[in-house]
Amino acid sequence: MVTKSDREILPHLFRQEYAKMTAVLCRHFGLRHIEIAEDIASDTFLKASESWAINGIPENPTAWLYTVAKNKTKDYFKHISVFETKIKNDLKPDRPKQENDFEFNEQIISDSQLAMIFAVCNPANNTESQVALALQILCGFSVEEIANAFITKTETIKKRLQRARNNLRNDNFQIKTLTESEIQSRQENVLQTLYLLFNEGYFSKSNKQFIRKELCSEAIRLNLTLIQNPLTNTPQTNALLALMCFQSSRIEARINEKGEAVLFDEQDKNSWDKSLIEKGNYYLINATNGNEISKYHLEAGIAYWHTTGSKGKWKSIMQLYNQLILIEYSPITALNRTFAFSKVYGHKKAIFEAKKLNLTKSNQYHELMGYLFAEFDIQKAIEHYEQAIKMTKSETEKQTLQKKIKRLKRNNGG
Amino acid sequence: MKEFALIFRLRDISDFKPSPEQMQERMNWLGSIAAQNKLVDKGNTLLPISGSAKTVKPNNVVTDGPYTEIKEFISGYIVVKTETIDEAVEIAKGNPIFKIGGSIEVREILKKD
Repeated sequence: MVTKSDREILPHLFRQEYAKMTAVLCRHFGLRHIEIAEDIASDTFLKASESWAINGIPENPTAWLYTVAKNKTKDYFKHISVFETKIKNDLKPDRPKQENDFEFNEQIISDSQLAMIFAVCNPANNTESQVALALQILCGFSVEEIANAFITKTETIKKRLQRARNNLRNDNFQIKTLTESEIQSRQENVLQTLYLLFNEGYFSKSNKQFIRKELCSEAIRLNLTLIQNPLTNTPQTNALLALMCFQSSRIEARINEKGEAVLFDEQDKNSWDKSLIEKGNYYLINATNGNEISKYHLEAGIAYWHTTGSKGKWKSIMQLYNQLILIEYSPITALNRTFAFSKVYGHKKAIFEAKKLNLTKSNQYHELMGYLFAEFDIQKAIEHYEQAIKMTKSETEKQTLQKKIKRLKRNNGG
Repeated sequence: MKEFALIFRLRDISDFKPSPEQMQERMNWLGSIAAQNKLVDKGNTLLPISGSAKTVKPNNVVTDGPYTEIKEFISGYIVVKTETIDEAVEIAKGNPIFKIGGSIEVREILKKD
C-alpha cells in the first residue's frame, strides 16, 4: 500500500519524471509531435498512480515507467497503422515515423533533457513565454500552477503557452543531439531563461512560500543538468549556479511566517542554509576557469559577499555593482548600486546619487529614498515611504512599509 | 537624445597609471553614468607610452608617442547620451581627472542616418 509519506512524494516525483519522459519521447517522435509524447507520458503516469496505489511502488520505478511508456508507444503506432491501411487517403503527411523501439538509460534521459532545455529556451519566443514554457515542458507544471506563480489568469497563460508552442513548431527547431556550435550560440539564451525562472521564484510577487521554493529548486535542477554535460559545463553555467545557491541559502530567512519580506539587515543569519553557501562557493571557484566575466559572475560575487560578515564587504560589493551596471543597465541594479554606495559613502552622498537616477516613477526608488532619509530627515523619509505605498500593488509590501512609517513616528516621539 | 564623446586629456605621463583609490573613483563615476542609463559606450583607455603610441604625419614621417606639439595627450574616451550638451558637461564635471590637472573635451557625435 502507498503510505502517507509516499503520497506526498509522488506528485513531486511524477512532475519531474513526467518532464524527463516527455523529453525522451520527444526525441523519439520529433518536437513537432510533442503532444503525442505528452499524452503517452500522461497515460503512463496515470497508470502508475492507479497501479502503485494498489500494488505498492515497484522496486525500480523508473524502469517500470519506461516499460509502460514503451508499450504505449507500440500501441500508438499499431493504432496508426490500422488507421493508415484502412484510410488510404492520408490527410496528414507529417505524422511521426515509426522507428525502432526507443531505448532508455541514464545517459539517454539526461541527453534528452538537455536537448529539450535547448529546444524550449528558444529566442523564437519572448522571454516571458520561454519561462512559462520551461515551467510547463521542462518542469511538468500545470497551467494553473504557472498562472499561480505569475499571478496571472489561467486563460492568459493558456493562450501564451499555445502561442509559444506554435512558434516552436514554426521555427522548426529539431530536438536532437546538440552540436558544439549550436550549444555555443544558444547557451546564453538558455542561461538567461534559467536566470529568469529562478528570479521569478526568488522575487515572486506570490506570497506563497512553497511556490517560490519550487521555482527556485526547478531552476537549480535544470542548471545542474547543464553542469553534468561537459559541453554545457562552462564558467558562466557555474557562475549562475553559484548565484542560485547563494540566493537560495537565504530563502527561509527573507520571508517571515506571515509571508512578509524580511530586510537583509534584519534577517536571522543563523537560519541561512550553510550547505547551500558551501555549494555556492564550490561552483563560484569552478566559474573562474576562464577569462570572461559575465553578469552571472558579478552577481554571484555580490551574493557571495552578502553571505560573509566581513566588514569591508560593501566596498567590494560597490565595485561589483559598478561593473554589473556597465554590462547591463536595469533600474533595479541602479537602485541596488545606490544602496551599496550609501553603505560605503554615507546616506547624504547616496541621496545625491539617487536623485540622478530619474526613477521617481518606481516604488522601489521611493523605498530606497525613505531608507536613506530615515537617518536624518524623518519627515522626508515618511513622505517617500507613503509615496511607495501609493505606487506598489503588493499588499504585503504595503504592510511592511506601513510598519516602517510607524516605527519612524515612534522614534520621533510622535 | 544626443550623443557626446567625452575625451580625456592628461598633462603628465606619470599621471597615467592611477592609484587604486583613483581607479575606484573613476569606476564610481563611470558606474554613476551607467546607473542613469546615459552610457552609450564605456570607451577605451589609450596607451600613451612608447611602443604603444606613434603618430603618422605627411611624407611618411612617423614619430613616437602622441603629438608632441600639444603638451596634453589623450588618455581615453567614453560616449554618453543626454538631451543637451550642458547635461553632458555636468556629467564630465564629476570626473576625478581634474584633481590631477587633466581636462575633458565634450564633443557631439554627428549621427549619419
